[in-house]
Amino acid sequence: MSAPRLRPAALYAVLLPALLLMLLLALQVGPVDIDLGQAWQDWNAGRTTVPMLILFELRLPRALLALTIGATLGLAGAALQGLLRNPLAEPGIIGVSNGAALGAVIVFYYGLAGLGWYLLPLGGLLGAMVSVAVIFLLVGRSRSVVTLILAGIAINAVGGALIALALNFAESPYAMQEIVFWLLGSVANRSVNDLYIALPFMVAGWLLMLYCGRYLNALTLGEETAVSMGFDVARMRLLLVIGVTASVGAAVSVSGNIGFVGLVVPHLMRPFVAFEPRRLLPASMVAGAILLLVADSAVQLLSATREMKLGVITSLVGAPFFLYLILKSRNTLQ
Amino acid sequence: MSLLECSSIGYRIDGIDILDGIDLQLQAGEMVGLIGPNGAGKSSLLRLLAGVEAPTRGTVDFAGRPLADWSARERARRIGYLAQDAAAHWPLSVEQIVELGRLPYQKWWLQLSTEDRDRVERALRLTETLAYRNRVVTTLSGGEQTLVMLARIFATEPELIFADEPVAALDPYHQLHVMEVLRGHAAGARAAIVVLHDLGLAARFCDRLYLLQHGRLHCSGAVGEVLTREHIAEVYGIDSRIVCDADGVSFTSLSRLADQHP
Repeated sequence: MSAPRLRPAALYAVLLPALLLMLLLALQVGPVDIDLGQAWQDWNAGRTTVPMLILFELRLPRALLALTIGATLGLAGAALQGLLRNPLAEPGIIGVSNGAALGAVIVFYYGLAGLGWYLLPLGGLLGAMVSVAVIFLLVGRSRSVVTLILAGIAINAVGGALIALALNFAESPYAMQEIVFWLLGSVANRSVNDLYIALPFMVAGWLLMLYCGRYLNALTLGEETAVSMGFDVARMRLLLVIGVTASVGAAVSVSGNIGFVGLVVPHLMRPFVAFEPRRLLPASMVAGAILLLVADSAVQLLSATREMKLGVITSLVGAPFFLYLILKSRNTLQ
Repeated sequence: MSLLECSSIGYRIDGIDILDGIDLQLQAGEMVGLIGPNGAGKSSLLRLLAGVEAPTRGTVDFAGRPLADWSARERARRIGYLAQDAAAHWPLSVEQIVELGRLPYQKWWLQLSTEDRDRVERALRLTETLAYRNRVVTTLSGGEQTLVMLARIFATEPELIFADEPVAALDPYHQLHVMEVLRGHAAGARAAIVVLHDLGLAARFCDRLYLLQHGRLHCSGAVGEVLTREHIAEVYGIDSRIVCDADGVSFTSLSRLADQHP
């Protein structure tokens, strides 16, 4: 069996136009038909019209959130699978998703979400940071990747338990519904402010993860060999975990949990980058963005009255697809 | 001046001395074997010498400078380390694995340069792995995989190669092939240290041997001085036959000694 090596140019010649196309599709899809060209002209001319408002106040923030959150989840999934050398890893495995979700739920629970638009994402980010701090207290300088995974599982369990507690004692059915709907994961009804608060953390996380690409390649041959190749294993792992936390924490803070993107996308892209962990990072980033734009367009096209949540469709489609991938690739995976 | 030198180094984890008071010198052009029973500290010593781990006592000097003073990248360029059971976690092609040997020369955004490609080509040729350069490394036999891992080290073009039991699970043909490749490296300004369980191969291919027991150096020197019936009985607890003739030293293990459990 030989591994085909696709030139990076060929891969991105397909991915980048597809990304642009899906972005345009996402801007076109919605309950109201608008003329994108007209809305653009109105905006340029400084006219406040309904199509212009729909495009710039509703659809563009939503599409850009889907794009950046998809990119974050794809990239973080690829980075964690490379770091843990485990194809089953996904961004939630180190506890950051549940930590962020818990932070947001606490904001909901105490009714703070209504006091300021920024409190919800801020609560999420704080939750993500606390969870990663606890993980590093647990892991310490241990080299073991298993310790990291176990600490992540523990954090996830604590986060899940506290979220359940909040639901249990929620003041009203309405508050409970609000929390549950938020947890399902969505980019609907977000504003450009959500993008502003999340984007700096996401971009910082992206840069950290992309910087670690060389290390992930070296890690293919194990930690000991990576050390002999001149890498500081503890430092690189810290950078990667901080990168994942910053970007995924910010993503979950504005969208809630959107499952399976971080798990499935790296699997999809791996054959196209000849299984190379470093090249998998940017490829998964772009593919994740495309996938979430498609999924978010799909929930709007499929839903008649009540909209299906984005996190629901990614799990509905992602889980069986993941099963298929396992069946297909079980012979090539070690 | 020795290429690599350490005097009285020790390694202690959780209050247990893994290694204690080890003296070792490596000259250019030499191939040195580390031998000893399981748990004697051979692999730990190799890791300290390669800079993968730092000794808790004493320093290792490489080219006259403490290993700890070298930048990690510079060290990686000049010292190659083949870990025990080195295996690829992803199904990369042979060529991709060998290209990893150029990592200490690459910036994070750069692709391989012409020079990098050249070195990869040469490493594939040296280890005779050119024929399966496009195959997925995880589908190769153990012997072929070891050669590919060595090719990865050759692509870095280090002065020193440290190999931890490179031939442990290989058939005789590949054992000889791997040892010949390592022996070929140890010439001129270059050198190699190899951890070996097969004393016959150690006798055939090494210039000098270091015999370890319980984390201490039992003895060291030329092959004929170290591989004696008495030393082998003391350290391994076995009776053996050692023959020195025109072909060099040959070693055969005979039986366990009841009173000399290692």
